[in-house]
Amino acid sequence: MGKPTFQRKAEVIGVGREGELLEVAMGPQHPSTHGVFRMDVVLDGETIVKLKPVFGYLHRNHEKIAENTSYLASMPYTDRLDYFCSLTNNWAYALSVEKLAGLQVPERAEYIRLITAELTRLLNHTCLAGFLLQDMGALGTPLMYAFREREKILDLIESLTGARMMCNYMRFGGCRCDLPPGWVDAAKKVVAEYSKFLDEFETLLSGNEILMARTQGVGKLSAELAVSAGVTGPMLRASGVDYDLRKVDAYGIYARYPFRIPLGTHGDVYDRYMVRMLEMRESLKILEPALKDIPEGPVVDPKAKLRGFRPKPGEAYGRIEGPKGELGFYLISDGSPNPYRYRVRPPSLINLTVLEDMCLGQTVADAIVSLGSVDIVLGEVDR
Amino acid sequence: MLGTGILKGMVETAKNFAGSYHDPERLTTVEYPEQRIAPKENARQFPMLIHDTEDPMKGLRCVACQICEKECPPQCIYIVKSKDKRADYKGQMQFYPATFDIDISVCMSCQICVEVCPFESIKMDTEFELSNTDRFGGLLIHKEQLAKSNEHYRKIHPADAAASDAVLAAEVAKAQAKAKADAEAKAAKAAAEAKAKADAAVAGPVPAPATSTAPQPTSPPAAPAA
Amino acid sequence: MAEVFQAIDQFPVTLKTWLLGHAAGVMPEWALPLLSAALSITPILAVFPLLFALTTVIERKGLGRIQNRRGPNRVGIPLTNIRLAGFGQFIADGIKSLTKEDIVPRSADKVVHFLAPIALLIPVLLTYSVLPFGRNMVPLDLPQTGLLFFFALGASTELSVFMAGWSSRNKYSLLGAMRAIAQMVSYEIPLILSALTVVMIAGTLSLSGIVESQAEVRFGFLHSWHLFTPWGLVGFFLFLTAAAAEANRTPFDLPEAESEIIAGYFTEYSGFKFAIFFLAEYLGLFAMCGLGITLFLGGWLPPFKFLGFIPSWCWFLGKLVALILLFIWLRGTLPRLRTDQLMGFAWKFLLPMTLINLFVAGLWHLSVTSVPMTVRWIGGFALLAIPYWLLGRGFEAQVGKREYRFAN
Repeated sequence: MGKPTFQRKAEVIGVGREGELLEVAMGPQHPSTHGVFRMDVVLDGETIVKLKPVFGYLHRNHEKIAENTSYLASMPYTDRLDYFCSLTNNWAYALSVEKLAGLQVPERAEYIRLITAELTRLLNHTCLAGFLLQDMGALGTPLMYAFREREKILDLIESLTGARMMCNYMRFGGCRCDLPPGWVDAAKKVVAEYSKFLDEFETLLSGNEILMARTQGVGKLSAELAVSAGVTGPMLRASGVDYDLRKVDAYGIYARYPFRIPLGTHGDVYDRYMVRMLEMRESLKILEPALKDIPEGPVVDPKAKLRGFRPKPGEAYGRIEGPKGELGFYLISDGSPNPYRYRVRPPSLINLTVLEDMCLGQTVADAIVSLGSVDIVLGEVDR
Repeated sequence: MLGTGILKGMVETAKNFAGSYHDPERLTTVEYPEQRIAPKENARQFPMLIHDTEDPMKGLRCVACQICEKECPPQCIYIVKSKDKRADYKGQMQFYPATFDIDISVCMSCQICVEVCPFESIKMDTEFELSNTDRFGGLLIHKEQLAKSNEHYRKIHPADAAASDAVLAAEVAKAQAKAKADAEAKAAKAAAEAKAKADAAVAGPVPAPATSTAPQPTSPPAAPAA
Repeated sequence: MAEVFQAIDQFPVTLKTWLLGHAAGVMPEWALPLLSAALSITPILAVFPLLFALTTVIERKGLGRIQNRRGPNRVGIPLTNIRLAGFGQFIADGIKSLTKEDIVPRSADKVVHFLAPIALLIPVLLTYSVLPFGRNMVPLDLPQTGLLFFFALGASTELSVFMAGWSSRNKYSLLGAMRAIAQMVSYEIPLILSALTVVMIAGTLSLSGIVESQAEVRFGFLHSWHLFTPWGLVGFFLFLTAAAAEANRTPFDLPEAESEIIAGYFTEYSGFKFAIFFLAEYLGLFAMCGLGITLFLGGWLPPFKFLGFIPSWCWFLGKLVALILLFIWLRGTLPRLRTDQLMGFAWKFLLPMTLINLFVAGLWHLSVTSVPMTVRWIGGFALLAIPYWLLGRGFEAQVGKREYRFAN
């Protein structure tokens, strides 16, 4: 577990045994690889001796397209990066452009951003629990419950932004439009019912012996390897490292609402799953007071221009704690309406680099479960 | 004890099963197409062009400024300006689009065209059942299909339509106020000249100096407020 | 009134005797036993595939309701608009699987590939011949070897699983077949041992004899099903667990783990052959459930004597449907176990429990005259519950609930 993969491969495979090993390509058409993703696995019986993740099936030239379109026109493309959490993608991009151009965000917009980001976190983690159990063979029951709750939040997002998935809501210096009347009350109702749903969900899942047997001790990731590989997000916190950008950077108005960071100890799949469940409860603790405190005011910086936006030459890196990890946008501007360089730091891809280390010595079924717990979205991995 | 977690899970599932027969919360299926979910007010699908009068083509608000075509991220709008002009809602002479096509197989419903339009003429519709069996042009929508009336807009997005109407009414009021102010200034100036002429006639013929106080030619009517 | 119910109860038998009587005049001597066998088989071939078809629809609708959605509810009678709440779905599925192209991989072993589904279906159908479906309704009454015949046929189904996996020349299929064989062989032992308990108490291997041994009426109204004893209760659940594993049902459906190795040993089967595999698997499940009902739930006997007016085959079918619903419920709730956990569960938990169950059943039988009823019950349960708890502790030592710490 301590040594990196490239130093360990020769001794694990063993010289001269190549003929007895079974090479299987799992994917890209596969029910549980979360998208078009391939794993080239070499098996000794049922044990994995080598695993190579192959991705790129969903590459859409996002970064190159951004070099030829204006800053505003790149905003709808950021929705499509991590298509489960489009609002947090929008915020990360808006944050980096605001850093680049020195724009200020009014209070009301900060509150709206916080609320939508935490709602997105709830969406993502609920779905992850559902999909993880689907991969383990629970035939969709927890997934359907997760989707039922997700619909309520998606209804909220649709009434705010106009679309359920591709929101295109944040603008440089604030948000695109104001909250419709009655939205805050609807949101308060959804948040109040959510903890009841989480209790039901946990009754179904967290004490289930089969779930515990399938996930405890599987896919262990040590804290040193996680830190050296650049893993971020719930995966890092499940390995025991206390690093959450909402506390470290304190971007937005997160500093005003106290919340705790759950940490795991073993770094296995069960820890990652439980860290996400606990994080959801902490998100509810942020959402409840924030919904009460929204101030009145404008939702966009009056100085921000929609058309003809030319930031001064320079560079900026804006990052947020997305539901999957640290999502960052690095922008270099040369004074023209299009960015000179636009780079996305995709948390799913960087978390995926440790997949082989997590899966060596385990069975195929465990590899699927470990992959599910990394929480990848191919739109983000491939861009 | 081994098995208690499983039993609790089974009780949970049984509750959901039983609940699905009497609790609407536990059976969330909406049987499309017989039943449909009520659309939200802000929901957006594909763009539409607003027209004000009975005749869709004559009443189109769009003046073919081509700003939406430039700002569209996937470049799915195709506009060809007309050669002549016609009067718009404020009475000013504007171009109009001879061709206005949107390729909805490319359009990603991002709404940027709506945000940048200065004339409140392109808005988002909520129609999504647009599938077509014509592979080679069935999804390229022309301005005849894109034109929807302001009444339709008020029906699907009441709050936005009210705001849009308010903006246009404000523009009309501003234009009228400016026209009135210009007319008053012109009348005042004409009155002043007439007075000066009358005074000069009374004071006797005086060799008009080169720098005469003859009134300057009146400037052309007030430029359209863009 | 009682005669009417009696007549309904025995109508298959009377129908068969009437038909045989008429045929005796028409057909030659040597054809009569064949006709008798054919008349016995026809109800089985009619009822159980129909039950299979309805089960597929009910399973989908039941799973849907568990998952807060509707199952199929549009397909009714074909070519009409009558919806029948979706119960015509099996007709549509049947037509679909019959008309699909039958793809055989080029490098597959064609003969074995063709024979594998048939080799699964025939033993499964044969197992139905020894089950008593009602009073006097056993197609084949083997007074000395009924249960043994059943288990022998059950074991021979495992051959076809391997034939399917091997002949497909597909790594996924081979993996699936290896897993399936390991699972089936491991779970045969707890299955047979839990059935052995009943044989020991009833004293006969004949299935109709086992049902007769549960016919005694206690307290004036309660038929003495083996379920109503401590060893019977535990034995029934052990039998059900092992039966689920034999029939590849969740949580033991690793060989068909859809999300991991697509469909396991029948990945390369399409169209009609896949339909036969599917049919044979469900028929196997029904046969196992039927055996469980015969051994523990009193077969065609009602639980209470005053309910005896309901025909015996109705009771059998009712209990079968209840067990099927239980399996559907389990499928909707539980994730699946991994291979080594499956094996560990069979060898380290089920096997010791079945041996202890055998011991407790022996004690129960020997103490029938000497010890009062309550003491026997409490003693029996204690002797079973304590090992269960200890074995459970052994499992929980490796996995368990955890506490999580929070930063600030």
